[in-house]
Amino acid sequence: MADLAISTNGLGKQYTLGLHRRGYGTLRESIAQAARRSVRRAGGREPAVAVDKLWALRDLSMTVRPGEVVGLIGHNGAGKTTLLKILARITEPSAGYADVTGRVGSLLEVGTGFHPELTGRENIFLNGAILGMRRAEIARRFDEIVDFAEIGRFLDTPVKRYSSGMSVRLAFAVAAHLEPEILLVDEVLAVGDASFQRKSLGKMGEVAEEGRTVIFVSHNLAIIQALCDRGVLLERGEAVADAPVREAIDRYLRTLERAASDDLLERTDRDSRGYDDTLIRRVQIRDPTGGSPDVIVGGRPAVIEVHITEIVPMLECRLTVANSLGQPVTTLDSEVRATEDVRDNGMGPVIECHIPELPLLPGRYRLDVLLMGKRQIQDGLQAAAFFDVEPGVMADRPMPASGSDGDVVLAHTWRLPS
Amino acid sequence: MTQSKPGIGGDDVPGRTETPPPETIRLQPTRGFSRVLSPRELWRYRDVALQIAARDVTVRYRQTALGVAWAVLQPLGFMVVFSVVFGNLAGVSSDGLPYPLFSLAALVPWTFFSTALLLGSDSLVANNALVSKIYFPRIFIPAGVVAAGLVDIAISLVILFVVVLAWGVVPSAAVLTVPLLVAMAVASALGLTAALSAVNVRYRDVRYIVPFAIQMLLFITPIAYPSSLIDEPWRTISAINPMVGVVEGFRWATLDTGNAPLALIGVSAASALVILFAGLAYFDRVERRFADYV
Repeated sequence: MADLAISTNGLGKQYTLGLHRRGYGTLRESIAQAARRSVRRAGGREPAVAVDKLWALRDLSMTVRPGEVVGLIGHNGAGKTTLLKILARITEPSAGYADVTGRVGSLLEVGTGFHPELTGRENIFLNGAILGMRRAEIARRFDEIVDFAEIGRFLDTPVKRYSSGMSVRLAFAVAAHLEPEILLVDEVLAVGDASFQRKSLGKMGEVAEEGRTVIFVSHNLAIIQALCDRGVLLERGEAVADAPVREAIDRYLRTLERAASDDLLERTDRDSRGYDDTLIRRVQIRDPTGGSPDVIVGGRPAVIEVHITEIVPMLECRLTVANSLGQPVTTLDSEVRATEDVRDNGMGPVIECHIPELPLLPGRYRLDVLLMGKRQIQDGLQAAAFFDVEPGVMADRPMPASGSDGDVVLAHTWRLPS
Repeated sequence: MTQSKPGIGGDDVPGRTETPPPETIRLQPTRGFSRVLSPRELWRYRDVALQIAARDVTVRYRQTALGVAWAVLQPLGFMVVFSVVFGNLAGVSSDGLPYPLFSLAALVPWTFFSTALLLGSDSLVANNALVSKIYFPRIFIPAGVVAAGLVDIAISLVILFVVVLAWGVVPSAAVLTVPLLVAMAVASALGLTAALSAVNVRYRDVRYIVPFAIQMLLFITPIAYPSSLIDEPWRTISAINPMVGVVEGFRWATLDTGNAPLALIGVSAASALVILFAGLAYFDRVERRFADYV
């Protein structure tokens, strides 16, 4: 038995910028470029074009013992997925090396490799093989997989006729029955309905307890905290903390708050899908009747203001309120219309979301903002703002100060026999 | 555990059991050739190869009304058109053979080759979800397309023999060379497909070039006409196009023509091997960057 499951030394991955958004060029462009370069060289000058390079992962040295469950934490673009892709051998590092001992199974996206024309049965074998299972192994666990996926009589139906929930369940079921020594998991638990999610989470817990090595990426810090022993915090491609999971999460939350308080335009961890015609400049939550910003008394009115750089046609905004562990509490979406919504052409570049009575329990919350315009995603920021909710009154009933379960409080009345 | 070494290292256990002992693989920047030409790596992932080939075979004719019949309709259709246009109207020589047989014997390997090229060159891009999410030797993707084509050619070979026998022609012992000729077609198709699919990852121009190139090749290859129309030394030189040897070889092997076109087959076989290894070598060099581009 090896004493280390994974050991990396100075591991780095460099991308040429622009590669991601425009993955391929045309032959003509390359020929033209090569021609320009040789002309320049013939002219006696060195090529002046400095190609923009970005280290998506830089100088990472870490070790993982067999059986450890490690959570990778960090902003978008911090290098978490890049690290998983290197460990899964999808892409090669540009510097350093990683020694990986044992069979690696990766769940970088469930359902990869499903073919819509193939039946559920055929896809189980195809996907199993692609994920690294031997045929005999798939055959042995076949019934278990079908049971777990709850697809029963649709087994011999082409997957293209499945509902999206069914195909996701099937995909996860295949993946969850992998038996690799090292399992790489990227944000896969957010699939299916609530009961299936619970089941998946339970399965991941089992996998972790079976003594497999697991490297886990999720934005849901509660899941990370529940499943992992150890957390590695990545920032701009570098590991800035490697500690027991609680400590790493705390540290991450502090960096999030620091980032939220600064000018949001300076943030680089923006949604990669954004078109950037308009950007999120500042996000604030306040009580319109007074009080200090970013502190709201529960049950009181609140306004969330999203200041943007530019007014573009068809602006829409989606706000996700998450608790301190990053678990979403609710989503507010301007695309879902209500008659009282106002579109005012006299307004400045700010989007307001009015909440008549803030139904949140005391605690710290964060806001994720997604900004849309011209029917495209324009910008997105996780943890764009933080705010504190102080104990208040909801429908005439005082809120518990702390220690109650859940995040929301509902207006309600009781009827009791006396 | 085993000591790691540069590139792809580690042990593999022959006749592997269900829980193989852990092995250490070192992942690091590589140069030169590493993966495709490593038989150990291909063997390790053999189940993936089988499943991908099986998928390509299954998917090809699923939800088509005529199903596998498509595998024979294409060469038969061309045979009819060629026989009317070139055989009857233009009066193209067929070396004394009945023109339909003469063209069908050529169209059977040609259809395999052109279909493999057409589907294979786009295969990596079409499977980009796999390429960017999961590791396995990527050569399995274009190779799967070529392998799926083998099912087609097996079926159309049966039809060819039925037509030949029905015409009253009995093939000589030369028919035993058919597997070798098919192997030549496979080698050239695999080499070209590997290279084209790899270039396609970078430059989608390939999509437009391939259908056009296939049409050109159809006329450069002696399918509608015999290569005896070409004077030496050009006839032998033309066999650098590996399909020349394959096509003329097929006629000799299945139609009992007597004279073996040995020079053509020899040149084409050598050319097919060069194409195979050059294609695989190129694929191997660029494979590591696919996930970054696709």
